[in-house]
Amino acid sequence: MSGLEVRVRDPLREIELDVDLRVNGSGRAAIVGPSGAGKSTLLRIIAGLRSPDPGRVVVGDEVWLDSSSGINLPPEERACGFMFQDYALFPHLSAWRNVAFGLAGDRASRRRGAIEQLERFGVGRLADARPAALSGGERQRVALARALSRDPKVLLLDEPLSALDTRTRAHAGRELDAALGRAGAMAIVVTHDFSEAALLADEIFVMDGGRVVQQGTAAELSARPASAFVADFAGAVVLDGTARPAAGGLTRVELDGGGTVNSTDLTEGPVAALVFPWEISLEPPGPSHPSSAQNRLAVDVLSVTEIGNRARVGLAAPQPLVAEVTTDSVRSLGLRPGTRATATWKATATRLVAR
Amino acid sequence: MRRATFAVGLFLALFLVLAFLTLPIVAIFVHASPADLIKSLGEPDARDALWLSLKTSLAALAIIVVIGTPAAYLLATRDFRGRTVVVTLIELPLVLPPAVAGIALLASFGPQGLFGSALHDAGIELVLQTAGVIVALTFVAAPFYLRQAQEAFAAVDRSLLDAARTLGASEARAFIRVAVPCAGQGITSGMALAWGRALGEFGATLMFAGSFQGITQTVPLAIFARFSTDFTSALALSGVLVLVSAALLLSVKMLGRSSVLGGGAT
Repeated sequence: MSGLEVRVRDPLREIELDVDLRVNGSGRAAIVGPSGAGKSTLLRIIAGLRSPDPGRVVVGDEVWLDSSSGINLPPEERACGFMFQDYALFPHLSAWRNVAFGLAGDRASRRRGAIEQLERFGVGRLADARPAALSGGERQRVALARALSRDPKVLLLDEPLSALDTRTRAHAGRELDAALGRAGAMAIVVTHDFSEAALLADEIFVMDGGRVVQQGTAAELSARPASAFVADFAGAVVLDGTARPAAGGLTRVELDGGGTVNSTDLTEGPVAALVFPWEISLEPPGPSHPSSAQNRLAVDVLSVTEIGNRARVGLAAPQPLVAEVTTDSVRSLGLRPGTRATATWKATATRLVAR
Repeated sequence: MRRATFAVGLFLALFLVLAFLTLPIVAIFVHASPADLIKSLGEPDARDALWLSLKTSLAALAIIVVIGTPAAYLLATRDFRGRTVVVTLIELPLVLPPAVAGIALLASFGPQGLFGSALHDAGIELVLQTAGVIVALTFVAAPFYLRQAQEAFAAVDRSLLDAARTLGASEARAFIRVAVPCAGQGITSGMALAWGRALGEFGATLMFAGSFQGITQTVPLAIFARFSTDFTSALALSGVLVLVSAALLLSVKMLGRSSVLGGGAT
C-alpha cells in the first residue's frame, strides 16, 4: 500500500487514545480537535517519540512500529520530518546549521545543501542568523526547511501557525499551503482551528477525547457533521431542542428555552439543530412577509464584530447564535448591541444530529 | 517617603553584605604586600602546594565532569522509581561536615575500610597519596557540579531533543550536540562551583590523605601548616590562593558566555 496507516491504543493521563486512521499516498491530512484530544500525542507516536502498546504505524511499505511483532524503529530511523509547535529550532546554532543538522557529508557540502534548502523557502539570506534574531514567520520557514531537509516520506506539523500572531497567520497559512504543495510529501497537520485544517489539508480527521469522531473533506464535515461537536468545530451554530415530525414532510424542533425551527432532515427526539452563520439572514423585527426561509426567530443583538467587509453578529434567541452579514447590512439595519432583529434561514440549511 | 526608606534599606543591606564578604579578603592584601606574595611564590613548599592543588583539583574536576555529566543528564531527563532517593543521596555530601567526609572516606577506602583490602590487592593506595587527595576532592566537589548540571539539563526544552531525534540523531548525538550546548551555561557554572570547592577543600583531605609537602599538601593545608609558625607567610599564600581562585572563577564565567559552550542559549 502507499500512504500512512496508524492503529494505536495508548492510555494517557486523562483520556485513552484509540485511533485507527489511514491517509492516502501523497495526501495531506489534518487532525483537528480541542486541546487534550490526543492530536499531538498521535504525531509523537508516528515519529517514534512515543511507543504505545498495542500500536502499529506503517508508511508506504515500511513498518515503523508493530508492537505485535516487536518492530519499533527509533525516531532517527524513520523517514519522517517533524515541525514542532514552537518550531524547536536549536538556539545555539545558526539557521543553516539548524538545517544542516540532519544532513550527511563534509562541512562544505552540508552548508551548500542547507543554504539551497533555505533559499527554497525564501530565507537563504538568513543562513547565518541565530533563531533568536528571526521573526516568527522566518522561524517557521527555517523550521519547515529543516523538517524537509532529509526528504521525509511523511511530514508532521504540530500547530504550524499557532506561534504566529493573528495578523501574519492568514498569510503564513497560504504560504505554508503552497510550500507543502511544492514539497509534495505526505503531510499530517495538527491544529485546533478548523479553517486552518480546511486550508492546509484535503482530508480532515476530527478528534475528541482520544478518538477520531469523524473524517472527511472540509466541505463534507461542514455539510454533514456527524455530531454537534463536529458542527461546532466546523463553525456552525448549535441549537439544542426536541424534534418531531411536522406537516409537509419537515421536522419541527422545539428549541430549549423557546422558539422553533424547521429542518428537511428527518429525525425524532433530542437533537442539535445546526446552521452556519453565513446561512442566517437578519431583518428588522416585525411581521413576516412571504419568503422561502422557513425559520424565523426573534433575537436580541448582543455583539457586533466587524472583520473587514463582514460582521459577526452575536445573537440570543434565547439560545446563543451567530449570524455573518455584510457591514453594509449592519449599517442599513442599524444593528448594535441592545437592538432587536429577526433571524431567518431555510429549513434546507438546517442539519439535525441526535444528541 | 516610605518608598524612599525602603530603597535606602535595600542599598544598606547590599552594602552590609558586600562589606562583610569583601573586607576579610581586602584585609589579606592589606597585610600581605605584593612583594610578600611574590616572595611566597619563591618558596619551594608554596610552589609544591600550588602545583599540587592545581593538579589534583583539575583531575577531580575532569573525573566529575566526565562521569557526572551523563549521570546528571539521566537524572534530568528520565523519571524512574527511586529517583528522589538517588538525588538526595547524591546531594548528601553537600551537607556533610568535612570531618565526617574524611572519616567516611577512611572507613570505605582506608586500609581498614570497607574496600581497603580490595584496593590493596589491586595495588591501589589512596591514604597519604596524591590519588587520595583527588578522591577527597571529587567526593566533596561532585555534588556541586551534579546539582547544577542536572538543573541545567532539566531546563533544556524537550522538544529540542525530540527535534534532534527526528533529524536523524541518535540519543547520544542529541545529548552531545544539543543537550550539552543548550545546558552550557549551567554546566560551566557547575564546573566553577565544583572547582572552587575542590581548591578550597581542607578537612576531608587532611583526614584522608594527610599533609605531606609535594604529595598531599594542597594550598589550604600548606596555609594551615604555616599558620601556627609564620602568620605572614600564611597570609601571603592565602593571597595567592584568592587570586588563583578569582582568576579561575572569572575564566569559567567567560567560557560560559562565549560561544564555545553555546553561550546565549536559553
